[in-house]
Amino acid sequence: MSHATIDTAPELIPAGTARGGRPRPGPWTRFMMRFGKALLRLLVVLIGAFWLLPTFGLAVASLRSSADNSATGWWTVFTAPAQLTLDNYVQVLQNERIVHSLWNTVLITVPSTLLVVLLGALGAYALAWMDFPGREWLFVLVVALIVVPVQVAIVPDARIFRALGIYGEISAVVAFHVAFGLPFAIFLLRNFFLNIPRDMLEAARIDGAREMVIFARVVLPIGWPAIASLAIFQFLWVWNDLLVALVFATSDNAPITYALREQMRSFSSNLDTIGPGAFLSMLLPLVVFFAFQRYFVQGVLAGSGK
Amino acid sequence: MTITPDPAQGIPPSPAQTTTGRASVADGPGGPRRAAGGPGHRDAPGGGPRNTAGTAARRRSRETRLMVAFFLGPALVLLLLLVCYPIVYTLWLSFRSGDGSRFVGFDNYVEMFTSSNTQRAILNNLVWVIVAPAVATTLGLIFAVLTERLRRAAVLKAVLFMPMAISFLAAGVTFRLVYDENPDRGVLNAVAVSVHDAFVSPSPYHGVDVREQGELVPMKGGFESRRPVNPGEPAHLALVGLPPNRIPTDAKPATAPAGGPGLQGVVWLDFTRGGGGRAGTVDPGEMGLPQMTVEAVANGGTVVATTRTDATGRFAFPDLTSGPYVLRLPADNFTEPFNGVTLLGPSLITPAIIGAYIWIWAGFAMVLVSAGLAALPREALEAARMDGANEWQTFRHVTVPLVRPVLVVVLVTLTINVLKIFDLVYVLAPESSQNDATVVALEMYRVSFGGGLDYGLGSALAVLLIALVLPAMLFNIRRLRRDS
Repeated sequence: MSHATIDTAPELIPAGTARGGRPRPGPWTRFMMRFGKALLRLLVVLIGAFWLLPTFGLAVASLRSSADNSATGWWTVFTAPAQLTLDNYVQVLQNERIVHSLWNTVLITVPSTLLVVLLGALGAYALAWMDFPGREWLFVLVVALIVVPVQVAIVPDARIFRALGIYGEISAVVAFHVAFGLPFAIFLLRNFFLNIPRDMLEAARIDGAREMVIFARVVLPIGWPAIASLAIFQFLWVWNDLLVALVFATSDNAPITYALREQMRSFSSNLDTIGPGAFLSMLLPLVVFFAFQRYFVQGVLAGSGK
Repeated sequence: MTITPDPAQGIPPSPAQTTTGRASVADGPGGPRRAAGGPGHRDAPGGGPRNTAGTAARRRSRETRLMVAFFLGPALVLLLLLVCYPIVYTLWLSFRSGDGSRFVGFDNYVEMFTSSNTQRAILNNLVWVIVAPAVATTLGLIFAVLTERLRRAAVLKAVLFMPMAISFLAAGVTFRLVYDENPDRGVLNAVAVSVHDAFVSPSPYHGVDVREQGELVPMKGGFESRRPVNPGEPAHLALVGLPPNRIPTDAKPATAPAGGPGLQGVVWLDFTRGGGGRAGTVDPGEMGLPQMTVEAVANGGTVVATTRTDATGRFAFPDLTSGPYVLRLPADNFTEPFNGVTLLGPSLITPAIIGAYIWIWAGFAMVLVSAGLAALPREALEAARMDGANEWQTFRHVTVPLVRPVLVVVLVTLTINVLKIFDLVYVLAPESSQNDATVVALEMYRVSFGGGLDYGLGSALAVLLIALVLPAMLFNIRRLRRDS
């Protein structure tokens, strides 16, 4: 926001003039001054309730038997709370397919996140603080790749993975996620690393520290907030992914999103599996989200383009 | 897409800067530069030109080259192999036949713009791009302004932002339940039905039918007599197909009209329990249909009189002595009960999915706009209020222009996001509606993997996608060039 934009409302903001008296507010303004805050608060509560309703409905439905769910709406629990039961969750936790796919999600997400953070940070450091020919062009390339849709690469990458003999394996899913996570990772971290005072790096270099040491002792600790933002983004992106898993994972290596999507073919009759399954899959992302909300918001502010 | 609520736009290049945008050999991060984004948006450190003289530096530069390879190598290999090379490969595939065996020129592109499924996908994407980003951004702006006024708004912000953390799959599951057509399951239809029934109550007679050779024929949702009826000859208007539990409790056994002055008749359920009974005749035990509206229609089609049947199903127009008239049982006797809106059916599926998308992304817009609002100069708003501008005027003429750059960034980001939308459509649209809901990214998946195995057409769709995001790519690069 440059200051020039203030000029768009010249009548309302006479530069540097202070009027003597405040005009008497009209009846509407006076009404709003008296009751405005209360109305606003009511409106805000209504919006919040409206936004929570879908998730709340699914939560309640996941706690009712399938017979109840097909006969009546979840809102009937307000008059008949006895319907609530944990049976669905017990069933789902004994469902090998669901448990196995949840574990697959972990096996896919953890390495994808760690690798993107590690390779992204290394690359970002090189692009920020190392001198070599073509550096600018490489960064332009990285920025260009941020918005590339994954659809462009899935057919060729499926062939590459097949040639490498890892098609269908978890490693293929991880490799794809890492490759498509890197442009944003490098972009975000490089911009953050550039803000590290040059003197700190120079001082370390003069002391004879090698690049690896500078990276580990100076850059990583200072870059921690950006790394946290990136890690959360990458974690959520991979954890919640469906498309990449559909294309590259066999059914046995499928994450929870894939397994639940299979159940959606007959939504109503499988609601007792889908509901609790969806909730279990949301658990960790929500914990991460609420625990690290600050970093998440920072990441959103810094840029996201997937 | 870069999101920078504090765009360092328009900052003139510093005279100390030695690197121009065109230089391919970078001279080190010399001179003040600004980050193109990044948390904190701190100014990059200044610094004098580097001392590159001396043998130590030369030795170091060789070592540096190795280090560059070590630091950048793995990322670069992955990017080139799994992102860059596939783009070229996909472009090549898009000019080949479905199995990649022959060169087919632009056939895949012609098919993409002419076949009905892909056309549908492109049109749907257009709807998405026009509607979804604009609505989500507008809501985000409204929420940001509302929450800015309250001190303890953090809870609401967390609630609105939370859908960002859950998967499109979970959101799809959630909204399948919200949109369920059955008002006993889907909360939206439950609300719609109760509101509807509060204004229009359904008739118990919905779904009834006529005897094939009877005196009545269907007419505009209701029924009318096959031939005009003369006063003095009683009309026997037989209906069938009403379940016993829907016969009104005050109904009495039907009786044939006795005759008399004017136009007379009976409306009854021509069905004898336990069998027997003759079609078109009022048999003992057959029930009259009370409270049925009957209209007498004159030759020109005008309704000359209206009456209702009594408990035995009889009706009479004593004043109509010269005929003939057509007798009509108008459609409002047979109002179907409102069973909810088919939100996941062919016609409403795309708006329904866009609704779920907005539920997810309005919080994202709110967070960005909030950050923009927090950076606003307080004095501008204060000054406007001091001058007597009311809330709306302040919002319209001060706040909105000031946060416009942020709004643009949000709009562009969401537009790119919407162009690539896949999961939500794939999960939320039932199999039967997927053809109607399809978008470019989904169609790309369906033709390539969903049975079709037509990699040529799939690749053409992928090329279309990348062509659509190309402006955003150039926008990012231009901004980067300007900033550095």
